[in-house]
Amino acid sequence: MSDEFGEAALKNILVFYEGKRSELIPILQEAQGIHGWLPGKTMQLIADFLHINEGEVHSVASFYNQFRLMPLGRKMVTVCRGTACHIRGAPQILEDIGQSLRLKEGETSPDLEYTLESVACIGCCALAPVVKVNHKIHGEMTRERAVTLFPKLSE
Amino acid sequence: MSAKCNALVCLGTGCQSGGAEEVLSSLKEEIERLSLEETVQVKQTGCHGFCQRGPLVVIEPEGIFYSKVTPDDVSEIAKSLLPGETPVERLFYRDPATDTPLPHYMEIPFYSKQQRTLLRNCGHIDPEEIEEYLAAGGYQTIKKVLLGMSREEVIDEIKRSGLRGLGGAGFPTGRKWEVCYKAQDTKKYVICNGDEGDPGAFQDRSVMEGTPHSVLEGMMIAAYAIGAQQGYIYVRAEYPLAVKRLRIAISQAKKKGFLGKDILGSGFDFKIALFQGAGAFVCGEETALIASVEGFRGMPRLRPPFPAESGMEGKPTIIDNVKTLASIPIIIDEGAESFVRIGTEKSKGTVVFALTGKVENNGLIEVPMGMTLREIIFDIGGGIPDGKAFKAVQTGGPSGGCLPASFLDMPVDFDSLKAAGSMMGSGGLVVMDEETCMVDLARYFLDFTQRESCGQCIPCRLGTKQLFDILNDITKGQGRPEDIDLLLEISEAVSTHSLCALGKTAPNPVITTIRYFRDEYEAHINEKRCPTGVCGMLES
Ligand SMILES: Cc1cc2nc3c(=O)[nH]c(=O)nc-3n(C[C@H](O)[C@H](O)[C@H](O)COP(=O)(O)O)c2cc1C
Ligand code: FES
Repeated sequence: MSDEFGEAALKNILVFYEGKRSELIPILQEAQGIHGWLPGKTMQLIADFLHINEGEVHSVASFYNQFRLMPLGRKMVTVCRGTACHIRGAPQILEDIGQSLRLKEGETSPDLEYTLESVACIGCCALAPVVKVNHKIHGEMTRERAVTLFPKLSE
Repeated sequence: MSAKCNALVCLGTGCQSGGAEEVLSSLKEEIERLSLEETVQVKQTGCHGFCQRGPLVVIEPEGIFYSKVTPDDVSEIAKSLLPGETPVERLFYRDPATDTPLPHYMEIPFYSKQQRTLLRNCGHIDPEEIEEYLAAGGYQTIKKVLLGMSREEVIDEIKRSGLRGLGGAGFPTGRKWEVCYKAQDTKKYVICNGDEGDPGAFQDRSVMEGTPHSVLEGMMIAAYAIGAQQGYIYVRAEYPLAVKRLRIAISQAKKKGFLGKDILGSGFDFKIALFQGAGAFVCGEETALIASVEGFRGMPRLRPPFPAESGMEGKPTIIDNVKTLASIPIIIDEGAESFVRIGTEKSKGTVVFALTGKVENNGLIEVPMGMTLREIIFDIGGGIPDGKAFKAVQTGGPSGGCLPASFLDMPVDFDSLKAAGSMMGSGGLVVMDEETCMVDLARYFLDFTQRESCGQCIPCRLGTKQLFDILNDITKGQGRPEDIDLLLEISEAVSTHSLCALGKTAPNPVITTIRYFRDEYEAHINEKRCPTGVCGMLES
């Protein structure tokens, strides 16, 4: 049977843990690395490993912003909505990028190419406004430059 | 240039995003190509502070400062380090008013008006090399403590220094330690709070990235004083570089015998583990943080008992901010007497701010407690860009308040900010100019807090949402004359009845913007007009 789901990868992660309840968050963080999000089955296997209810795992995963319960796009576009970015024009940039990607905040394109989201602060506030595409940080963003980050779409 | 020098390339997150890694690698190549390896040491450092001007390259010992360096500038910089050559004037910082080039960073007002104590290693040493920290006098204090001071003496020294926690509330650190020291238990914990959830703040990140060993040394001293065997550093999810550097630092400290069993032959055992946050602002609150480390939803609980008596797994635990802990080695090393000489009567020492927003010079700064907002914003910050007028400054993030120009000459410390309706918070300072709409800003902060409310107590969960809805209506031109009083009434209820400080402080931005900028609310409500044009209410 093929392991499309990545059960083997999850097992490889779990061998490094003792099965203590306090390990739940680090396990979820590592497990999310497999698919970029947390499928229901992943959470079920983690629940079994920790001998806790699956609902418990869901409850913790849904509390924290870091955990994704839906698949993500290959390109994660993150617009900072922190204070420094807000007063330097982040809301307009978020709107422009949303229009050029045809996505609303929190949405993923049907072809799983892009996910658009906003975060509370990237920690590069001196370069506000800031946009992150996957791990690359783009500082001192302008409305003009923001749309050119996605060349294929701007035609 | 001088016979031997260091070329320091800032690899803080800000400079990295501008391409500092390429600058570093091409500078190394160029220095080799010119066979200068013997005389010029190329090093990476943590944040040098002037992030907005990055990537930064500094030549020490002269202190020559190059800003906005690109890989194309590197060959010229390398050549200037050959014997008999002169620095690259083209890359000097220029005084914005007179256009005079200022070659040394200590001549630049952004730096010259600061007092860098806590940040003294940031931007000067390679954070990934324990040898550099040792050469700068690092881990001397833990030696002094373990080999020559009793636990009571350490606590007494911190108490006499008057150090107050730099994580927000300003609680006296020595007193907190004493409570934990007195708690009878064989198992205790030290937790470093590096959650830094305030949007618009990055001081803790810069300290963790720039001088991670200072944080470890502070934790060790704390652990010795209270009798803890295990430490945790709780780092915010969005700070991968801080995680990487702390990881390196912990493994180096272990190898050198500063962590582990029987440290320096003193019989003291101590370990440190890293815990990465998972993206929840409320987890910066100490009891929520503990719940999160234990693997639960990050929900605060009622205090007392305070964590110093009953924290992790019900054991006595001290939780201190990154900067508080990084200050400890300096205080013990230089003595409480020298620490109390800096600052104001009730707030001692220095304070680190992330200076951002509508201000000419953005970056990380450290000043003595008691400096005025005017000195910070106009002397260090260089004033408001594009000839605009200053309007307000927000301190303390979403829990703080907006202070208008009439507070510019107020000396900044824990108590003065509180009296003005704001708070120190963890040290974000966001400057606003005439183009910022204060109603929109209040709406912005309440949007943040209502998203981040953990939802367990009703005043916070529903109150912040109601405040947000009313503010949203006002910015859309749908405000009603009674809304201002209603906002104040709900604010009162939320701050009185919420369970934790998230709710208790959430109304501060609303209360202060109404107190100091009531006319803007009235224009939105009565004239359906946004004086700054930020709220596009006419179209809607
Ligand atoms: C909602 C909320 C968020 C907080 N976030 C932080 C934070 O990010 N970093 C921090 O050091 N303290 C934060 N605090 C304060 C902590 O509860 C605690 O007072 C602090 O870590 C104690 O350290 P100190 O004594 O060194 O200041 C927060 C408090 C609240 C109510
Ligand atoms: S406010 Fe946007 S990076 Fe901090």
